[in-house]
Amino acid sequence: MPAISTAEAPIPAEPIPATARTFARALADIRGGMRERELWSHLGWQDIKQRYRRSVIGPLWITLSMAITAIALGLLYSQLFGASVGTFLPYITVGFIVWQFMLGCLVEGTETFIANEGLIRHLPAPLTLYSFRTAWRQVLLFAHNLLVYLVVVAIFWSDLATPGYVLSEGGIPQPGLSWSIVLAIPAFALLALNGVWVSLLFGVISTRFRDIPPVINALTNLLFFMTPIVWTTDILTSKFGAATSDWRILIAELNPLYHYIEILRAPLIGGVQSWHHWAVVGGLTVVGWGLALLVLRNYRSRVSYWV
Amino acid sequence: MVSIDVWNASVDFPIFDAKTRSLKKKVLGKVGGKIGTESRVPIIEALRDISLSLKEGDRVGLVGHNGAGKSTLLRVLAGIYEPTRGSSRIVGRVAPVFDLGVGMDPEISGYENIMIRGMFLGMTRKQMSKRVDDIAEFTELGDYLQMPLRTYSTGMRVRLALGVVTSIDPEILLLDEGIGAVDAAFLNKARDRLVDLVKRSGMLVFASHQDDLLFELCDTAIWMDEGHMKMRGSLREVLTAYKGRDPFAHLDPPQPVLTNSGDS
Repeated sequence: MPAISTAEAPIPAEPIPATARTFARALADIRGGMRERELWSHLGWQDIKQRYRRSVIGPLWITLSMAITAIALGLLYSQLFGASVGTFLPYITVGFIVWQFMLGCLVEGTETFIANEGLIRHLPAPLTLYSFRTAWRQVLLFAHNLLVYLVVVAIFWSDLATPGYVLSEGGIPQPGLSWSIVLAIPAFALLALNGVWVSLLFGVISTRFRDIPPVINALTNLLFFMTPIVWTTDILTSKFGAATSDWRILIAELNPLYHYIEILRAPLIGGVQSWHHWAVVGGLTVVGWGLALLVLRNYRSRVSYWV
Repeated sequence: MVSIDVWNASVDFPIFDAKTRSLKKKVLGKVGGKIGTESRVPIIEALRDISLSLKEGDRVGLVGHNGAGKSTLLRVLAGIYEPTRGSSRIVGRVAPVFDLGVGMDPEISGYENIMIRGMFLGMTRKQMSKRVDDIAEFTELGDYLQMPLRTYSTGMRVRLALGVVTSIDPEILLLDEGIGAVDAAFLNKARDRLVDLVKRSGMLVFASHQDDLLFELCDTAIWMDEGHMKMRGSLREVLTAYKGRDPFAHLDPPQPVLTNSGDS
């Protein structure tokens, strides 16, 4: 049997530097993902159409189910907390819409690479592409839910535009809807930016450790009730005083999701805006992207082996 | 200029079963101390010490038994698997055709599938729109392209996939044997387009068991055996060594260097 015939067997003249685990490759992956926006935006939209294929009203089901939930929760909790429906229903609606976006990024983020197993194993593409697909799908769902917000604001405009309205009795007066609503745009951009790192980081970890998705799923209900969505921080402060050192106040303040919700909810319902929410979200964005980059650097090349 | 360089590359697959792919063992495993073999994830050595340099114009056939590492090598060349040891460098846009069914969504129409698959192979939506008519004509699917893919027969799916693949302009074309496994009648028609596609592409690596297809598309070959390169040389040389006989003896007049005596 002949050995490797060397006559026609060119091999590289010199060793090739191993670049698999470098930040340069991780950043190149992100750049590559951004370059493919035509593909991931197409796939993300396809995912939505796919989910409602052959249904009569299609993606409007997203809007409709959000509307039903918002109305029911708004009516119920405004009565439970003795609050005015006109302001409490929009509060819950917006909180729930933002929550749905964050939950989607987290839960579907863990499945990002597992769900794209076939594509990852057969076609070379930047990993970030799949994270963008997941995040973009959530953005589109959010856009559908925004219709509910627009209707709710139109109905309760007079309540929300009144300066000094309170969410629940004894709460802090809210400034009311004003031009500051434009802050919702950078707030949402920041949220979407966070959606991408969440999907990258949790996606890679979940691909390696398949226990993570069920763990996250098990925690979602707890997170929902721990976060001021159907209740307000007003209730905490009116019961326990405004001292921020009280552990019961810290329940909200130490919950990162509260800050994420607040930067978008406050401008949308004309609530009090506080810079400290922006600071916390900004900090978490930097830390999150840092972690995602680190994971991408170390494990990017392993994902195709793990799926 | 396209090129692929692979240096001393080995590929090991970790095999996680449902239990080892969990945090439980990582966390709980610390309590009872290490249990010898169970503490390590078993691995499969798919490729060992591959060094390879391919440049523009190369037309390489991959031969070898099932499980010899042909598909894994193709995925390394595509950049899907980065070597666990050693390194690789790929310059150029890769169009891999490993599994005709992947990236095909049964619920969406043939037309939409064409667009998505084309975009994954590096085309823009605009470029694909221009090619759709051509693909429709070649596949003879016509109005069927509006139907969801689940209504297609296997043959129709293969036609669609081949139509997309042969309509693109790849720099590096990687074909796995699956592409040869279509029915003969359509393959005859597809063959011209395939040959044409290979001419357009800067580099070809083709894993196949079909001598005649290899003969038409490739000039050199690599014989893979148990994860390493057993032999590399001209296609005829390698196939003769691999099969133990010259498979092209009947196809063309024997080359002058060979003696005529063994010819039948």
